[in-house]
Amino acid sequence: MAGNMNITLKVWRQKNAHTKGKLVSYDAKDVSPDMSFLEMIDEVNEVLIKKGDEPIAFDHDCREGICGMCSMVIDGRPHGPKEGITTCQLHMRSFKDGDTITIEPWRAKGFPVVKDLVVDRSAFDRIIQAGGYISVNTGVTIDANAIAISKQDSDKAFDAATCIGCGACVAACKNASAMLFLSAKVSQLSLLPQGHPERMSRVENMLQQMEDEGFGNCSNTGACSVECPKEIGQEHIARLNREFIAAKASSENV
Amino acid sequence: MNWFTSAVSSSVGKKIMMALTGLFLCSFLVVHLIGNLQLLNLDLGISFNTYAQFMSHNPVIQTISKGNFAIILAHALIALFLTRQNAKARPIGYQVKKGSANSTWSSRNMGLLGTILLVFIAVHLYHFWWAVHYGGSIPTREYLTDNGDIVAYTDLYQAVWFAFSNPFIVAFYVLSMIAMGYHLYHGFASAFQSLGLNHIKYNFFIKVLGFLFYFVIPALYAYIPLKIYFLTCCSSSSCSH
Amino acid sequence: MKLDSKIPEGPIGEKWTKHKFKLKLVNPANRRKYDIIVVGTGLAGSSAAASLGEMGYNVKVFCFQDSPRRAHSIAAQGGINSAKNYRNDGDSVYRLFYDTVKGGDYRAREGNVHRLAEVSVNIIDQCVAQGVPFAREYGGLLDNRSFGGAQVSRTFYARGQTGQQLLLGAYSALERQVNEGTVKQYTRHEMLDVVTVDGVTRGVVVRDLVTGEIESHSAHAVLLCTGGYGNVFYLSTNAQGCNVTAAWRAHKKGALFANPCFTQIHPTCIPVSGDHQSKLTLMSESLRNDGRVWVPAKPGDKRLAFDIPESERDYFLERKYPSFGNLVPRDVASRNAKEMCDLGKGVGASGLAVYLDFADSIKRLGEDAVRAKYGNLFDMYAQITGENPYKTPMRIYPAVHYTMGGLWVDYNLSTTIKGLYSLGEANFSDHGANRLGASALMQGLADGYFVIPATLSDYLAEIGPKAIDKTHPAFAQAVKDVQERTARLLAINGKKTANEYHKELGKIMWEYCGMARNKEGLQKAQKLIQELRADFWKNVKVSGEAGELNPNLERAGRVADFLELGELMVVDALERNESCGGHFREEYQTDENEAQRDDDNYAYVAAWEYKGDNKPEELHKEDLVFENVKLTQRSYK
Repeated sequence: MAGNMNITLKVWRQKNAHTKGKLVSYDAKDVSPDMSFLEMIDEVNEVLIKKGDEPIAFDHDCREGICGMCSMVIDGRPHGPKEGITTCQLHMRSFKDGDTITIEPWRAKGFPVVKDLVVDRSAFDRIIQAGGYISVNTGVTIDANAIAISKQDSDKAFDAATCIGCGACVAACKNASAMLFLSAKVSQLSLLPQGHPERMSRVENMLQQMEDEGFGNCSNTGACSVECPKEIGQEHIARLNREFIAAKASSENV
Repeated sequence: MNWFTSAVSSSVGKKIMMALTGLFLCSFLVVHLIGNLQLLNLDLGISFNTYAQFMSHNPVIQTISKGNFAIILAHALIALFLTRQNAKARPIGYQVKKGSANSTWSSRNMGLLGTILLVFIAVHLYHFWWAVHYGGSIPTREYLTDNGDIVAYTDLYQAVWFAFSNPFIVAFYVLSMIAMGYHLYHGFASAFQSLGLNHIKYNFFIKVLGFLFYFVIPALYAYIPLKIYFLTCCSSSSCSH
Repeated sequence: MKLDSKIPEGPIGEKWTKHKFKLKLVNPANRRKYDIIVVGTGLAGSSAAASLGEMGYNVKVFCFQDSPRRAHSIAAQGGINSAKNYRNDGDSVYRLFYDTVKGGDYRAREGNVHRLAEVSVNIIDQCVAQGVPFAREYGGLLDNRSFGGAQVSRTFYARGQTGQQLLLGAYSALERQVNEGTVKQYTRHEMLDVVTVDGVTRGVVVRDLVTGEIESHSAHAVLLCTGGYGNVFYLSTNAQGCNVTAAWRAHKKGALFANPCFTQIHPTCIPVSGDHQSKLTLMSESLRNDGRVWVPAKPGDKRLAFDIPESERDYFLERKYPSFGNLVPRDVASRNAKEMCDLGKGVGASGLAVYLDFADSIKRLGEDAVRAKYGNLFDMYAQITGENPYKTPMRIYPAVHYTMGGLWVDYNLSTTIKGLYSLGEANFSDHGANRLGASALMQGLADGYFVIPATLSDYLAEIGPKAIDKTHPAFAQAVKDVQERTARLLAINGKKTANEYHKELGKIMWEYCGMARNKEGLQKAQKLIQELRADFWKNVKVSGEAGELNPNLERAGRVADFLELGELMVVDALERNESCGGHFREEYQTDENEAQRDDDNYAYVAAWEYKGDNKPEELHKEDLVFENVKLTQRSYK
């Protein structure tokens, strides 16, 4: 069709976690500008399957920007050149005919490559396991309206809670730090009164887990917030720092 | 590890140490600058040399000065440690990098800028501090005090003026101050963020104060050698000290 | 087979309380001796696994995604209903119950629905305690809105991502149990079969999607919380990974599949842009509160929207339904959009869309007010289509959104296989022929948090904590079956990809078993699906190997199951000679083109029994008894 593009892809191909990978070039032909980025790769994969080659493995699921599964570094930027969206929300009209696009997986010690563009993000689950919850069992009978929470706090908590756990913050950070992810959860639960009983142990344990997973240290470059598809701000990291200082200064975990 | 060492050695703890040492060094910059500005008094160095004499002989200042060295060292060592740890967090890098899209150049190059500053500090110390304390190469100059006594001070003023008549030294100082500006462009505000001080009411003040530290102060520091250089080189034929 | 729904006796308001009292309990000290498997980690699965873990059972939870938090419950935008009556606007458990049965066009069980309405109240308490950041008012209390045409404000919401926030609540509870050691989590694992011994569930077979290894796991009970099967249509608002495989394999092992043809089509989705399309994106139907739906009055009018004068536009919903206008229920709005497109009045390049126009609202309220209300939806629309909806009308078209049918379960959520349970969208129980907006989240959490912990104990107490014998040959056999099937898929080495078959199946389903169905079309569809399925097993091409991460192989397995399910949906739709809710048979409509139910002959649940490959399934009927709700004909005129 008129207006369709031909694009060259350079994609990171890696058989599995134990082998070395490399960039391999593919032609994406007759790409419609209305295609999403992932649909463009779908089409490349259909060609590969028919040739009997292995299609490019990549994580994706909801394709509407909310599940947090898609994870590609496109021309050096997690989730591609546009801000405030995930890879699945990126459309080919953001590119030009004849472009060469390099696609790499999230790079971090904490996110080892499983295959091609697929990485293992179970470290994020383990960080949540270390304390990213409020310890209530099913069967709570306190009426939901028993505690009033100021709209301001509840809105701020919500801003933090919008984190989809995609890991773009780690991928963007020059130190591969997971501070934005961590801070989103700590911030959410420290802004809500329900989260207060455990706030000290939560921040201490979650931070410890982040370090144990091999993520780097935050140096406040702010890259994470820029690349975050949900645009979670740096103020949450500041709040995490405050929570940590308060916890270390006053918790009874000696 | 007890709670204190675990707090300090944690990821956030190290950031906080960087912030605190960094902010202390910022305060030092102010004091040092006030002294340095005395260099521009064309008073044969009495104000500057008095200041220098006080700084190098007062026991309280001397203690703080030792502390200052320790803090510079701590700032550099923690940074070195963090940088190594951060490098390990990404064993395989990206083929295409585009940090400029999401962060400032200085925030991504604090290590480089810090290294330049460390070299600068070493040279600077050798130049003047070492010369004053251990070099013995700087002559003294006598001044008449207000109550009629005569005092003899090391004439650091003259030594500085002499050094800054050399264009290479001036260029080195000016470039180092540009590096310091960039270092503080990220570092100053970042220190507050590390300490958790991020609030819509006060962020403006941090910004203004930040401008003072990353622009005004480095500019004044750089102005001194430039001014002295131009004063000496353009007047070397007509007047002498 | 006699279907026993096990609805307790007694007045509707006392059934659940009395039933819970009668259920046997498991001694807390004995609970860790029971192994329970939960498959799927959406709202139903996560909440069930967390709750059972908290009680002390030994739980294993499986999901095919890389983390439990990815399950497609996250995509629900609008909200969750609860009969809290915080607004004092006349809501009650009974009203929510009544509305739900009515909304389901009288094809749901009264007993189940009343229980759902009862526990809806507890769900909100539970979620708030977990830190779910529901929208609040300035006074600090929870906000509510009216949703999907309900006359009371009973919907709790968290901006446009209620599902995400509720799932993160359940996920955090689940991760807490993982930390406590009561739950073991298996991500990137796909369930491929149920292991039964003498008709009793003994475990499951799963494929480790990373290594490709086929493993069996034993358990005293298995809970399938695997979501709906909307992806049988290829294009739907479901996530790419959503599939029927777990439920279908259970069906083939003896679990009846109920009301498969009941599908919900959502009217406000972004239209298809081309053949490359892999999924459809839903926009909250709240848009219909301020947008006006129209098409050009003349068929084939290809002028741009703003070139068409007011007099040559047809605001068809307002014209046909003066009192409800643009707010008619989902199925009515969807069907009318299709009708307009069938008449050649569709807009956009494909002609498969109608306009949703905000010009009047922008004029009346100002662009800023519209932005404040719908900004994120407008942004999403602009992102996907490249058009500015503030300047030109949005184009919308219906898309498959939810499947009311699913595994048949009794009041205890037990399927017809002993020890095999089904929760959430995967079962058929609570929504009848059509689901109300903001009720899917409610059902998933009701099943997981409150129903299964009570009903499962009864079964476990009955069978006792004796360890499952994993050396039984049934385990090895089930593993072998799965391995053979996988090998077979890889060996065909044909010419067409699984995706191509899926697309073709989707087109058949959408054309003949979508918004409107008729006998002739359904019969044709059945034949087409049979042919397509036969061709699939001869000509599909699956590359890669079994022993590695192979998304292509996963997809092929799922498509193979959809090809079987699709036929059953068509058969079910053929069998139901009436129109009700999401099932619209063109032969059965009122003079006003509304769905015409046949309560005398079709007030039953159609539960289908698998009889073997390529053999007709056997229909079992569970009659629906209405003691409280009066059956009426809907009218939105």
